[in-house]
Amino acid sequence: MALRSLVFRKTLGLGLKLQFRGLQTFSLPDLPYDYGALEPAISGEIMQLHHQKHHQTYITNYNKNIEQLHHAIEKGDSSAVVKLQSAIKFNGGGHVNHSIFWKNLTPVQEGGGEPPHGNLGWAIDEDFGSLDTLIKKMSTEGAALQGSGWVWLGLDKESKKLVVETTANQDPLVTKGPLVPLLGIDVWEHAYYLQYKNVRPDYLKNIWKVMNWKYAGEVYDKEHS
Amino acid sequence: MVAAVAAAAVTTANPLTCSLFPSQGLRGTTSGLQWTKRQCTRKASALTVTAKFELKPPPYPMDALEPHMSKDTFEYHWGKHHRAYVNNLNKQIEGTELDDTLLDDAVLITYNKGDPLPAFNNAAQAWNHEFFWESMKPGGGGKPSGQLLQLIERDFATQFGSGWAWLVYKANRLDVGNAVNPCPSEEDKKLVIIKSPNAVNPLVWDYYPLLTVDVWEHAYYVDFQNRRPDYISTFMEKLVSWDAVSARLEVAMARAAEREIEEARKRKEEEEGNFTDKEPAEIFIDGVADDSETD
Repeated sequence: MALRSLVFRKTLGLGLKLQFRGLQTFSLPDLPYDYGALEPAISGEIMQLHHQKHHQTYITNYNKNIEQLHHAIEKGDSSAVVKLQSAIKFNGGGHVNHSIFWKNLTPVQEGGGEPPHGNLGWAIDEDFGSLDTLIKKMSTEGAALQGSGWVWLGLDKESKKLVVETTANQDPLVTKGPLVPLLGIDVWEHAYYLQYKNVRPDYLKNIWKVMNWKYAGEVYDKEHS
Repeated sequence: MVAAVAAAAVTTANPLTCSLFPSQGLRGTTSGLQWTKRQCTRKASALTVTAKFELKPPPYPMDALEPHMSKDTFEYHWGKHHRAYVNNLNKQIEGTELDDTLLDDAVLITYNKGDPLPAFNNAAQAWNHEFFWESMKPGGGGKPSGQLLQLIERDFATQFGSGWAWLVYKANRLDVGNAVNPCPSEEDKKLVIIKSPNAVNPLVWDYYPLLTVDVWEHAYYVDFQNRRPDYISTFMEKLVSWDAVSARLEVAMARAAEREIEEARKRKEEEEGNFTDKEPAEIFIDGVADDSETD
């Protein structure tokens, strides 16, 4: 576990790696916990597939897209540049979103599910009335999202208010405004299907048991300093 | 051959025992082949007939597509997902005007020109899933080979979120009235491979679906996990019912031909209408001139 957290600290963020050309490529960030550590809320089988297959695929394709974009820019091929945008939003967004997601979750033994204290806790009470109300709102919106996407708790950088938002497919939260993602819940079927089948509401009920409010609080405090 | 298909396709329904499957009967057109039947139940108390949509079982047993699509997958996909769409749709339409429509009309009405009403998701997904089961058969797959297979495997697998991939027949129609035509071109009568997100289906673009594959993750996750390209290949090589595709293509072409005839007739009527609106032309019977002009 110590080695894992050391490795994690080294690869913190998006796992940047410089290529000889100066073009950054990205690599899969390590999980700060074992695949089975979030059970029974989320099965080890899902965590492994989600991390090693889905997230890895987004990164692999994102790296390809970046390379293609680089060539298109060098050639001055504007059509190609524009054409790549939806792939970049999808694959790059997938990488951004999942990198946040792994940090949003933590085993119960390490504080998963413990309610937020401090500034974030008070802000939640102020902006939503109570933590329960916020949780209910996010779960409801997550369940109602049609198809694939994410439900977020975000901080509006301008109004300084907390907001609940959803994004479709792999669109990152920034596509919805000047919002900083504090918590994101993946509601793509791959995030829960093997365990919960079509009962997405059960997944949304259980995921709160492994929610890393401490991390969300740290991001919140950082935005306010 | 076309006439025989047409004859076979038109059915008369006993209103008390009929069952629903997707139709191509569309709003306003008097022609066009309709091969629909409708599930009707007479409510004992009321004088009105309310018709609930039915969860029709796939045209083969749940384990008939093994090992390519597991019984487990079927039990979840049909037994939970498809069933939920049908049940929720029935709840949503109760007491509304949609309570008495055919399913594909319900899809078009609730699509609401691209600003979908709440019932659209359930209506379209109910239609899509029923069509999906019919797009497959035990011992299916195989043809066609070559370019079409490659194109389909490539296009069906390319990246997007939840949705469906379709092979459709697109008769020449730029203005589809109900929506924005995603393939507007003058090219007449062709096969098109097209993708749609979430619940959307090509009925809303006035295309005639020939075959579909469900690429929502729930359709393949139990059997293939993240390996969507493997799922698509297996579907094409082992599952797709080309018989169903051929039959639908014939219906589609016949329908397109009928519509053309109908439209030509309407155009001719309009022209003749315009003609009679003008001052009546002087009509000379051969050899006989106007009286006033006779010497």
